[in-house]
Amino acid sequence: MELLSPEGLRVDGRRANELRRILCRASVLNTADGSAYYEQGNTKVLVAVYGPRESRIRSQSQHDHAIVNVEFNIAPFSTSERRKRSKGDKRLLEIASFVRQTFEGAIQRSVYPRSQIDIYLHLLQHDGGTLETCINAATLALVDAGISMDDYVCACTAGFIDETPVLDLNGAEESSIETPDLTVAILPRSGNIALLQMESKLHSSKLEGVLELAAEGCKHIHRKLDEAVLAAANDLAEKLSH
Amino acid sequence: MLRNKSFVKRTRKGNVVRTVKEHYLRDDIVCGLESCQHATCAQARSDAAQAAPLSATPRDSTTWGPHYLLPDTNALVNQIDIFERPIINDVVVLSTVLDELRALSIATYNRVRAIVRDPARRWFVFSNEHHRATFVERAAGESPNDRNDRAIRVAARWLRAHLEPAAVRPVLVTNDEGNLRAAKADGVDACRMDEYLRVYSEHPELLDMMGNVSITDRSAEDPAWAGYPEHLSAVQVQAGLKGGLLLQGTLQIAPYNYLEGSIYTAFPDGKDRRVLVVGREHMNRAVQGDRVAVQILPKSQWRRAPSAALVDEDEDAVVPKTGVEKESDGGQAAKRTRLADGSAGSAAAEDSADESEFAKPSDVTDDPSEGEPTGRVVGVIRRNWRSYCAFLDPNYVAKGARASNAPATVSVLAMDRRIPKIKIRTRQAATLAGQRLVVAIDAWPRESRYPHGHFVRALGSAGDKGTETEVLLLEHDVPFQPFTQNVRADLPAEGDQWLFDAERDQVASGKRRDLRALNVCSIDPPGCTDIDDALHAVELPNGNFQVGVHIADVTSFVKPGTAMDIEAAHRSTTVYLVDRRIDMLPELLGSNLCSLMSGIERLAFSCVWELDRDANIVDVTFHKSVIHSKASLTYDEAQARIDDPTQTDPITTSIRNLNMLAKKLRRRRMDAGALTLSSPEVRFRLENDSQDPVDVEMKALKETNALVEEFMLLANISVAAKIYEHFPDSALLRRHPEPPAQSFDNLQHALQPLGIQLETGSSLALARSLDRAVLPADPYFNNLLRILTTRCMMQAQYFCSGTLTPDEFRHYGLATRIYTHFTSPIRRYADVMVHRLLHASIDRDALHGPELTDKTKMNEQCDVLNHRHRMAQQAGRASVELYTNLFFKGKTVEEPGYVTQILQNGFSVLIPSYGIEGVVYTTAKDSQAPAALEYVKSDNALVSADASQSIRLFQRVRVMLQVDDKPVSAN
Repeated sequence: MELLSPEGLRVDGRRANELRRILCRASVLNTADGSAYYEQGNTKVLVAVYGPRESRIRSQSQHDHAIVNVEFNIAPFSTSERRKRSKGDKRLLEIASFVRQTFEGAIQRSVYPRSQIDIYLHLLQHDGGTLETCINAATLALVDAGISMDDYVCACTAGFIDETPVLDLNGAEESSIETPDLTVAILPRSGNIALLQMESKLHSSKLEGVLELAAEGCKHIHRKLDEAVLAAANDLAEKLSH
Repeated sequence: MLRNKSFVKRTRKGNVVRTVKEHYLRDDIVCGLESCQHATCAQARSDAAQAAPLSATPRDSTTWGPHYLLPDTNALVNQIDIFERPIINDVVVLSTVLDELRALSIATYNRVRAIVRDPARRWFVFSNEHHRATFVERAAGESPNDRNDRAIRVAARWLRAHLEPAAVRPVLVTNDEGNLRAAKADGVDACRMDEYLRVYSEHPELLDMMGNVSITDRSAEDPAWAGYPEHLSAVQVQAGLKGGLLLQGTLQIAPYNYLEGSIYTAFPDGKDRRVLVVGREHMNRAVQGDRVAVQILPKSQWRRAPSAALVDEDEDAVVPKTGVEKESDGGQAAKRTRLADGSAGSAAAEDSADESEFAKPSDVTDDPSEGEPTGRVVGVIRRNWRSYCAFLDPNYVAKGARASNAPATVSVLAMDRRIPKIKIRTRQAATLAGQRLVVAIDAWPRESRYPHGHFVRALGSAGDKGTETEVLLLEHDVPFQPFTQNVRADLPAEGDQWLFDAERDQVASGKRRDLRALNVCSIDPPGCTDIDDALHAVELPNGNFQVGVHIADVTSFVKPGTAMDIEAAHRSTTVYLVDRRIDMLPELLGSNLCSLMSGIERLAFSCVWELDRDANIVDVTFHKSVIHSKASLTYDEAQARIDDPTQTDPITTSIRNLNMLAKKLRRRRMDAGALTLSSPEVRFRLENDSQDPVDVEMKALKETNALVEEFMLLANISVAAKIYEHFPDSALLRRHPEPPAQSFDNLQHALQPLGIQLETGSSLALARSLDRAVLPADPYFNNLLRILTTRCMMQAQYFCSGTLTPDEFRHYGLATRIYTHFTSPIRRYADVMVHRLLHASIDRDALHGPELTDKTKMNEQCDVLNHRHRMAQQAGRASVELYTNLFFKGKTVEEPGYVTQILQNGFSVLIPSYGIEGVVYTTAKDSQAPAALEYVKSDNALVSADASQSIRLFQRVRVMLQVDDKPVSAN
């Protein structure tokens, strides 16, 4: 399959440096402390955040900071072929642990000693870029829960097709073996990198271009998240004024 | 605008699932006109984001005024030869068309892409599928084909409206009547291809190049013949393959008998066997190289006798007929039919056979009494048609056609004997008669004996040396066009003034070692200009020797991904013909800047060993270097230096040391079981001006040849081990598989009466038994046996180390565990890749693209290398054959020869003094007389009627040689 035509268009009609359509909304669940629904193209995630609350497991609780607990689940109906995954699926645990490590750095955990923050991620539909959507959605839900953070954490993927860096890979592009796929999470205000993950081979001289493009994408996502937070705040303000 | 494409799809497991894909429709796609005033187009042009190559003043015609051509898919597939002509410019290709094209014929797709890339052609791809205004949704009940046709019409209409201000109109070219009518109703200019070509009235030959014109000339055919059987549909074929009723494989036609094809395929029991497909009727319109589905015939029709040879091209009567045979050549036809069909019987018998009698693939066993399975083609899975070189025999052109310019249907003979005659329709029959042509096959309808094709271009008159050389290059798929401007732009700017520079070439930074002080010399055949390798040997204080092999550093000039690199990868190898050389790299590099000439500083990639007195490797290092060769010697000069005891200069000492070590290395290699094989190679002495051959000589080997060869082998082996260590998944290696024991069966059988037994258990045993197989009465016998043994061998091949297990890496002929090609980067692309791998394994910073570590790409490149390598060898041999024919033109020579193969109606003879081989028939081509010699199966020999004379394998015979279209005639 030709992933990038010589005319510069990708399989879904995007150009190399374009993101998929992003739709997101904070405060979608009533019972959770914070929640968000986030979709990027056909990848759709629902997140619920609980906490900070007292540690369930005493032995794990830390006297000077909060612990972050992430659970990640993929709905069996998320791909065109139904597939049930067990709870101990290594891929699920791995993504959960990436998200946990990313947010352990961004959340001001010393503000909440002896407590626990739970992030529950549900992938409803899958079309590439699982990790990026999970991180972006979790950021939105954490903001919605009012948890102190240094900054937003915005994530984006970028790949490298036919000597061209391409932004935000979809399912077809991601599943091609030749395409290296890099996920970057940054703190947009400082530009610090919170996560850098890649499982394929990419020559070191090409990395910089791909990284730059992904960072560019993160900044765009930051604006989108900001708008969603603002919209949620306006919504709340309107409700309070009645 | 976003929309979701949703469709149902069957997965590999067979489940039916729904797939949803995003599709973004855009507003910013340009129309391609270079000066379009429309806001989006102007904006995109100023961003330089999209190319807009279409000229504002395209070709004018009386019907449409200035216009762009807008071909549909079938127009491109069928008429690609016309579209490739450089006069057809300003063409808009829709992405709908490209998508369809890719699914239909990847070869045509690549050809279209190549045209689009050429800026001079001004072709433009309009991405109508991604354009909001031109995208169409498939309507309920609409077939994908109809939807695509509609998409093409919608795009054409949009372009027409969009281009209105510029006063240019798109003209849709389609041969589909329905589409044509619908387009005209939509207000789109549309026409058929032949109508359109009238615009180019000054190029009447374009009409000849029209593909897929229906040829209804059945005058030469037999009215009683019912046509070929219908092919099964793709679905039926798939079901048959899945159900184990059919087999699939690539049809290979026997080079000596165009009516005998075979496929080599895996049977249900896991073994690979051959299935014969005999006769045109059974081949059922499949052509050499097509991928076909085959049904096994009933066991009663299996083959039990050896092949017969057929050279006669006049085969109208060969197709088995159900009706009465033609009177003119009836008797002979019957005989040939018998020969051709072997025991397969006539089609008539087969037609009446009950379907239930057909054998199943699972019934086939290795039981020799049952004979070899035969089959018939029931479907073609994939055509593998290309352009063919062909000959239009003047005798075939009807007298009437010669005089007039009216279109006439003629049959042309493909130069490749395995290809059937091709019918073409032409107005130039008179001028083309006696010429070599390039033709393409378009279709092979059921009711036509021969495929229909069209004329592509004329090459020149038959028998002309230049024309014939071009024919053999085309037939062997050798790219021989001069290097393009893009490629030449990648040469060093200094041209032949290029000199070594310590700063630029990284000697100062320590990346390249300075070896200019060493006494390096090169040894090559006389007249060699592309010197790949140079050598040196120095005795070290500890009594060991430092030996260096220095290989031209091609990769410092050919950077990955450049136009020159892509072209070199495409050519893969330099092709050596008798009178010329088709270079892989431009001459400036090959014969000058990379060539390790004496007396000048050149860049090299060095492999330096420390060897002890017994030539064991103590240590080996690899590094880039700069050398200053002290002498470029020929084999003879080097030999003279070794032999002359008065010479004691450093170069001579160096060569003597090398010679001493080479002998030890060679001894050790022979002890390990390396084979000395032989091929009948000859060299022509050409007259200086006309390049006509004046004499033939056998290639002679000297001790110094072996010297150089020995160290090249050592370098290749050392490098192979090194790159495999660093790139276990993606090293480019070369293997030579062990031949299967059965491949020696025929040879063994023939050797029995001579009391010679070949031991084929291992290469060592084979080498020993070859050494013992000497007939004192016939000194050439051993050589002949080695030639025949070589033919039993498998071909050595390049492969990517990640695709095979280490046990399979072995090189059988050289008896080494691992091997690669490192020593000739000027003339082989494999060596260029190995140089890059080796460089990356000694220097981590060496920049390399993903191709060095990408197993899939590496594997694909290996396929290209193997193909080109094989073709280059065959082209070289064909060139020798051509010159042999020229040499014998007008001569009749009687020479001793050896029988190398027994056929049912003849035998092949090898003539060692000229290195040629040909078939001797037991009956003359046109005679109806019974054969002078009859085939006797029991002892695989041809025996005369009174049993006084017989022909067996290895027999010495005297043959008379003369040149005609039939190269050899019997005595």
